[in-house]
Amino acid sequence: MSVGVLALQGDFREHAEVLRSLGADVELVRRPEELARVSGLVIPGGESSVMDKLARAFGLAEPLAAFVRSGLPVYGTCAGLIMLADTVIDGIAGQESIGGLDIAVRRNAFGSQTLSFETDLDVPVLGDAPVHAVFIRAPVVETVGPRARALATLADGRCVAVEQDNLLGTSFHPEITGENRFHEYFLGKVAAAGFRG
Amino acid sequence: MTETTPAEQFGSSRVKRGLADMMKGGVIMDVVNAEQARIAEDAGAVAVMALERVPADIRSQGGVARMSDPDLIDSIIAEVSIPVMAKARIGHFVEAQILQALNVDYIDESEVLSPADYVNHIDKWNFTVPFVCGATNLGEALRRITEGAAMIRSKGEAGTGDVSEAMKHIRTIKGEIGRLSSLSKDELYVAAKELQAPYELVAEIAATGKLPVVLFVAGGVATPADAAMMMQMGADGVFVGSGIFKSGNPQARANAIVKAVTFYDDASVIAAVSRGLGEAMVGINVSDLAAPHRLSERGW
Repeated sequence: MSVGVLALQGDFREHAEVLRSLGADVELVRRPEELARVSGLVIPGGESSVMDKLARAFGLAEPLAAFVRSGLPVYGTCAGLIMLADTVIDGIAGQESIGGLDIAVRRNAFGSQTLSFETDLDVPVLGDAPVHAVFIRAPVVETVGPRARALATLADGRCVAVEQDNLLGTSFHPEITGENRFHEYFLGKVAAAGFRG
Repeated sequence: MTETTPAEQFGSSRVKRGLADMMKGGVIMDVVNAEQARIAEDAGAVAVMALERVPADIRSQGGVARMSDPDLIDSIIAEVSIPVMAKARIGHFVEAQILQALNVDYIDESEVLSPADYVNHIDKWNFTVPFVCGATNLGEALRRITEGAAMIRSKGEAGTGDVSEAMKHIRTIKGEIGRLSSLSKDELYVAAKELQAPYELVAEIAATGKLPVVLFVAGGVATPADAAMMMQMGADGVFVGSGIFKSGNPQARANAIVKAVTFYDDASVIAAVSRGLGEAMVGINVSDLAAPHRLSERGW
């Protein structure tokens, strides 16, 4: 059983390293036939408008949407969260998303890079120890629909992590801070989905 | 009890280096106005470099090249939602202060502009905004990182469309990193002295086999094949300066270079995107440039 990391652009190697350190077989995914071989997918941080454009140019957008619809686990960080959102606010002209998460995400919600930051977050589903979270020109979940649930919020109440069945999304980047618990949580979903069949 | 709001930390190394991490596998394009910035964003650039003249024009027009007009930078920031970079002269910390005040996302302390200080580079630790700096070899890269650069780009020779210097610099940097990995601890002390870089940084690179920051390639990339070759050489991404908007069909060429960087190891994709792009920039052979006109020799 292997898991994929979407490798069109962004920090996919960091995700692959975390997943491998947790014992997973990892495949970098740029083509539909590579996606067909994996039982879970991580969509990395990067530039969401670029990933969207490349996914559509290389025939991957529809297979990605089908992958999400099939119920296989998918975890998106930052740009990946945007890709998984049903509604994207402040996308570039013509930007589309794969969708699946019943949320509206605002792209680049904090402003320019000088407003990027790191902070500690409570993420109850991962246990008591706080998650050290890095936000880089990050998106924010503005609306959490009835099918999704918030996993973490900033001190001001804005939602920055969500879950909906086998879909997981964070505004921030556990893959660059040595925080493995989101990836463990994701791999747990992959294992459970595998048992179901 | 005081309020337990967790502290938010701005401008840390992790946040600065992290933005460069998110640009990996991408193309950063030079643009001189909002219209070009729109074309770049539509083509799939991960960021744009806002400047008044592309290096090819700086080269042909001569004179002192400086930071761009804030109005120009504002107009480009207003046009696109991808990150916007802008250039300050080497050592010109006030130009850098201005660019930070304009809310650019990255500052390029660039040899493409005329140096403002022939001894010192900018102390980049003093800024919240991250910096990218050029390097022709590992020692230069490590000195820039020591000064606070959060991203390195090999210099190449800007404004030429000749990829040979870019090749020389990425080969040099990668080769020197490889050599460090083979040295014993006592040899690393000497290597640090020779590289004119702190021992701790040299030892870290010897252990990890890579720079602690993202490494892009710049200076002379003009075709999808050039860009893919740099990626196969181990670059994390490419800057394309004059190569796009000095070509016959900037939109098509920008699109093609973005695709070639993602599929850098798939010759059938690179071949497909290389078709029908029209004229590449005319270019200048670096070997025809007299030494004073070689921008890569600025900075040390």
